[in-house]
Amino acid sequence: MTRFALGRIGFATLIAVLLAFFTLPLLWLASAPLTSDPTYKVAAPDLTWENFRTILEHPYALPSLYNSLVLSAGTALLVVLLAALAAYALSRVRLPGRDALLYVLLLLSSIITGTAAMVPLFQLAVDLRLIDSRLGLILILSGGLLPAAIFMLKDFMDSTPESYEESARVFGASPLQIVRHVVVPLVRPGLATIAVWAVANVWGNFLMPFLLLRDVEKQPAAVIMYTLYTEGGQADLRLLSTFGLLYSVPVVLMYLIVSRKYGFRFHGGIKR
Amino acid sequence: MAPPATPADLGPPPAGGERGHRHSVDAAGLGRLRAGAFTAPALALIAVFLVFPALWVLYLGLTDYRLTGVAAAEPRIVGLDNFLAALANPRFWGSTWLTVQFVAGSAVAGQAVLGFAIAWLLRDRRGPLRRIVEGLVILAWILPSAVVAFLWVALLDPSDGTLNAVLGLTDVAWLIDHPMLSIIVFNVWRGTAFSMLLYAAALESVPPSHLESARLAGASSRRQLRDVVFPHIRGHVLTNLLLISLWTFNDFTPFMLTAGGPDGRSEVLAVHVYIEAVRNGSLGYGAAISTIILLINLVVAVCYLRLLRSRR
Repeated sequence: MTRFALGRIGFATLIAVLLAFFTLPLLWLASAPLTSDPTYKVAAPDLTWENFRTILEHPYALPSLYNSLVLSAGTALLVVLLAALAAYALSRVRLPGRDALLYVLLLLSSIITGTAAMVPLFQLAVDLRLIDSRLGLILILSGGLLPAAIFMLKDFMDSTPESYEESARVFGASPLQIVRHVVVPLVRPGLATIAVWAVANVWGNFLMPFLLLRDVEKQPAAVIMYTLYTEGGQADLRLLSTFGLLYSVPVVLMYLIVSRKYGFRFHGGIKR
Repeated sequence: MAPPATPADLGPPPAGGERGHRHSVDAAGLGRLRAGAFTAPALALIAVFLVFPALWVLYLGLTDYRLTGVAAAEPRIVGLDNFLAALANPRFWGSTWLTVQFVAGSAVAGQAVLGFAIAWLLRDRRGPLRRIVEGLVILAWILPSAVVAFLWVALLDPSDGTLNAVLGLTDVAWLIDHPMLSIIVFNVWRGTAFSMLLYAAALESVPPSHLESARLAGASSRRQLRDVVFPHIRGHVLTNLLLISLWTFNDFTPFMLTAGGPDGRSEVLAVHVYIEAVRNGSLGYGAAISTIILLINLVVAVCYLRLLRSRR
């Protein structure tokens, strides 16, 4: 029996250490935004809403969240649209060289990372005067996400039955009509997954906008957050904590919605 | 039946039983032409914005391109000079060694081991405890990197930081005194979720009856792990190690904690490239390092895809 008790104690200790390790860094984000004059110390907040008002007055804070939204939504839209078309065609039609193409796509998406591609992208952007082009950034981000998106969506389309499409065709629907009215509703959960995945990727992406957007008014929240704590003397902790919280809330909400609706199932490399 | 050579969208829909002839006819009657048109926009975007930059980096690495000055206007081909310069540069070797420490310490020894440990500890639990632990680990993974980087700056602050307060230390400036240790532990915290989720899924594939009979035979936990669990999840372990190594190797987040400092003591290769190419303007040299990174990525990725194929 003592062995059993020791096991229980060991288990409880391990879990407590784990919880502490994963909670400690997060405490500050929960307490500082609601504290009137926060320091790096974690203290019981005095529940002020004053800090959120300073956010409203800051010239770049809220606009940068809007910029993040534009970049993520633009990229997600482009990725879902193009990946869905490509994945559907690749799933249903045996194009010559299809398997090789998919293999190369998967390979490319895992080796050409931001780190490996930052020099040429930066050099090209400088030479072609594309620094500060939001559309350019959206296209670059989409190019990076598309291979994995096509791959995941093709898997998804492969697992949906073809019989609906066949019967629609028997009734004389054109291929485009079939795709729009039969296929899209069937694969909607897959499309939603890819959209959320793309938004989460772009929302958190730091390197690409940091490299390619120099104009403060165009920079997304990731870059502004970094600027706020690295540049110019004493960091404004009221601003940083509150801004960090506001910037984090959308991803957490998205995660909660996805995991409630579809279950947070494992899709291989769903991140990065 | 339409002859196989004719694109299906031109011919009349077949009367049925087309499943045997998927080469010529598909479910929606798309045909190869339209299928090609469906695939083209995505492929064009990938070609221009992903493949072309990767090829361009190979070219740039052979030039003396600089951000400013004469070499910016008229770059010359210098052959392998950049690569030779890198191999002769102690800073490059220092950076490579730091990267090895970063990958081995935070991905292989950190994330994989901790991720497996959590999955193993919680394998039989279904209640709130499991949800809370998993939720916290996942939270560390999904928060934006700029936010978590700053949270760790706050945590590690020498005078007011939570870590020093908990440990009862004063004035240990973790990011300055122990920069590598800081980014390694940070990355364990940041990325364990992936391994945890993967191993949790893997452990469910271990037949409970095998574990049960091992337990009845009096096998200790360690023997159960070695003889029953590990043989079942060997493929997952390899997949996991390859992927997290690849991601950690390419991770730029350490830059947001230490910017490679102090004095280059946490300058992993990802940061080295940024500092050399973008900050110092040596685009040619930076591109040569990027080429090396690309090649290492290629080797790891090919191993990974081989593994995926052999499992199918």
